[in-house]
Amino acid sequence: MDNETAQASQQAFLGKFLGGLLRRKEAGIFLALLALMVLITLINRDFASASNLKSVCRQVAYVAIVALGVFFVILTGGIDLSIGGTVALSGVMCGWAMATVEHRYLPLLQWGPCVAIGAGLLTGALVGAFNAGIVCYLGVTPFIVTLGTMSMTRGLVQLLTGGESLLGIPEGYIETGSWILFPVIVLLLVAAVSHLGLTYTAFGRRLYAVGGNEEATRLSGINVRRVKFLAYVISGVLSGLTGILYVAKFRSALAEPAKGIELDAIAAAVIGGTSLMGGEGSVFGVLIGAMVMGVIRNGLVLVKVSPDWQELIIGAVIILAAILDVWRSKRR
Amino acid sequence: MGEALLEMLNISKSFPGVRALKNVNFTVKQGEIVCLLGENGAGKSTLMKILTGVYTADAGTLRLTGAEVRFRNTREACEHGISIVFQEFNLCPNLSAMENLFLGNEVKGPCGFLSYRLMREKAAAAFRNLRLEIDPRALVKELGVAQQQMIEVAKALSHHTRILIMDEPTSALADKEIQNLFAIMRELQGRGISIVFISHKLNEVLEISDRVVCLKDGENSGEVQTRATSVDGLVLMMVGRELDHLYARRQGKPSDEVVLEVRNLSGPPLINNVSFKLHKGEIAGLAGLIGAGRTELARLLIGADKKTAGTVCIAGEELAIKHPQDAVAHGIGYASEDRKQLGLVLPMTVRENSTLAVHRRLLNRLGFISAAKENEIADRYIAKLRIKVSSREQVTRNLSGGNQQKVVLAKWLAIQPRVLILDEPTRGIDVGAKAEVHKIIAELADEGVAILMISSELPEILHVSDRVLVMHAGRLTADFPRAQATEEAIMKAAVS
Repeated sequence: MDNETAQASQQAFLGKFLGGLLRRKEAGIFLALLALMVLITLINRDFASASNLKSVCRQVAYVAIVALGVFFVILTGGIDLSIGGTVALSGVMCGWAMATVEHRYLPLLQWGPCVAIGAGLLTGALVGAFNAGIVCYLGVTPFIVTLGTMSMTRGLVQLLTGGESLLGIPEGYIETGSWILFPVIVLLLVAAVSHLGLTYTAFGRRLYAVGGNEEATRLSGINVRRVKFLAYVISGVLSGLTGILYVAKFRSALAEPAKGIELDAIAAAVIGGTSLMGGEGSVFGVLIGAMVMGVIRNGLVLVKVSPDWQELIIGAVIILAAILDVWRSKRR
Repeated sequence: MGEALLEMLNISKSFPGVRALKNVNFTVKQGEIVCLLGENGAGKSTLMKILTGVYTADAGTLRLTGAEVRFRNTREACEHGISIVFQEFNLCPNLSAMENLFLGNEVKGPCGFLSYRLMREKAAAAFRNLRLEIDPRALVKELGVAQQQMIEVAKALSHHTRILIMDEPTSALADKEIQNLFAIMRELQGRGISIVFISHKLNEVLEISDRVVCLKDGENSGEVQTRATSVDGLVLMMVGRELDHLYARRQGKPSDEVVLEVRNLSGPPLINNVSFKLHKGEIAGLAGLIGAGRTELARLLIGADKKTAGTVCIAGEELAIKHPQDAVAHGIGYASEDRKQLGLVLPMTVRENSTLAVHRRLLNRLGFISAAKENEIADRYIAKLRIKVSSREQVTRNLSGGNQQKVVLAKWLAIQPRVLILDEPTRGIDVGAKAEVHKIIAELADEGVAILMISSELPEILHVSDRVLVMHAGRLTADFPRAQATEEAIMKAAVS
């Protein structure tokens, strides 16, 4: 093949590739994100600085991991409002485990971090299982169940910590965890595994099927209960993971971390194209949605909008994104 | 029968990528019952949507009693006396009959608040007018399908209707109710109201209509006085060719080997002590009136509802079926009567829907779904069932009723079932696709699958089945081979 033909075919391939990318559902919101970032940079060049971008990415990572968790649940047509509480509770259990190992089981000190991480993830899984049990086996609406769990987990945190932060987390644990981009690496790993799982496993396919038409899926011989159960557990575990990451970040188990993360996480999923009715959405979309939320929050600060206005604007953005999503789905 | 009341002249309508109607002419005379016939996709709904103001035609004119009209929305069409009763009812099940009747047209008292007393009186009068015994205060969800449809008719008539369009009005009705409906239609005709009757049921078309107008691929394909034509004539207009048999005749014969044995199956509130056997390669038709419990029986069989007594055995082995997944694991498939709500995940593609029940067979050694395996299975059944799609990636929501039904069948064939329960497999499907589905059912039986076909169409039961079972009020009232099954015998068993 001579040079011209090679070039032409390369261009054709690139064109097709880009075209395919642009036709994806998430292309619209991705372009909006880029436009937003350009806009903010024009107003305040510090936005595009390496240190600011790293900080934004780090902040986004926490929300994105939680958002990926709740994304699994929303795919089945449910919702999980207890994610913030689970983050807090897991963090507390993680910190407590760490402190206990440190003080009582000195010989096991090198296993401390593992036990602590295990405790955090287990807490998340248990909260998820609790939600799942009531939703799947008692048939209660997810909204109410997880609303209650949200209160219960936050309440448990209050009980266990008396409102004070748990300090004294050993140094070694924090060292890895406090590297600024560590949460981002964790997020990318979680996103990769989630994407693979959703696209290539039977479980992933069933999640979309249950969300698309639960009764038809059930009659087709799929154990819908088990699918939903796992979705809630995954949500809990990922919230737990974020709780552990917060412990590393703050070098203590805070009594009230992640306040309002429910809003950011669910908004991130919806902005990224996840349908609250279930059966629709992608990992990529959730990541973009989380970036949008993070960039807006960061941007509002850099553009020197007063804190009083920030929540108002964030809320308006969420509504706008939801309206755009409805408009987009009507056009299809 | 009088003058032309409505004239639709040279109507054309296009959508992106599709010419739905090309220069279609359709007239309705005063006081006549005219049938609008055509396969799915022929353009009947589009034409009616233009008539009722949902769409505007790209070209052509509408004339009502000679004067040209243009409907910009449904309200305008309504005000001109054109009403439609849809196949899928637009009723609110949680509200009462009278509230539904006056939905959008509420009855108010002197102070502007709703007057329930006045509403009840008016509703009672409207129902009496149609010779209906419906309590205006009864909740719609507690009424039978036939009564719900009557409320729809009453609702349509409450607007000084001159032309009543009925879209597949008999698809959910049993024979006796259909006769009632026809009686009411004739009475309305006597009062000068014209009726446009859209149906796939050719014998009904021959029975009730005065004239038949046929569409094919968006164009007029024939018009005939009903008394001058026959079923074959109608089929010829619709399909452009003669179907050798409207209902497929089987090549093979059922064997004597019992595949499924059901004993004393009961499940409240309806099913009581049902026992029967299915043989390998046999098509058993399950007939009965609406509400007899046939779907309920099927759901008990596959574990969708809980049974309280009885056993289900496959090849002599008793099965514990507590959930649909147990039934599927044992090779029992159930294609439900409502394919959109219960049979398909509409947002998913043909490929994904056809493999929905066989995920285990799609996995490669690492436990991931193999695209190659999945595509192979999807393609195999697309070919076998002759599903007309441009690719397996087509979203099922956009398919025609006939093709959607085939995708549902593909899903169940993929599990390689020993027993296949089909609940109203050809409901709402046009003649051409219906014949294809029957052919597929016959082929399946020839391959050894035991088939239980639930159907409310006696002709279908009579022509397709090897054996006929009849249910009434939750009990099995008859079980006889095809040779002994006459329409009278079946009807008798269905009502007692």
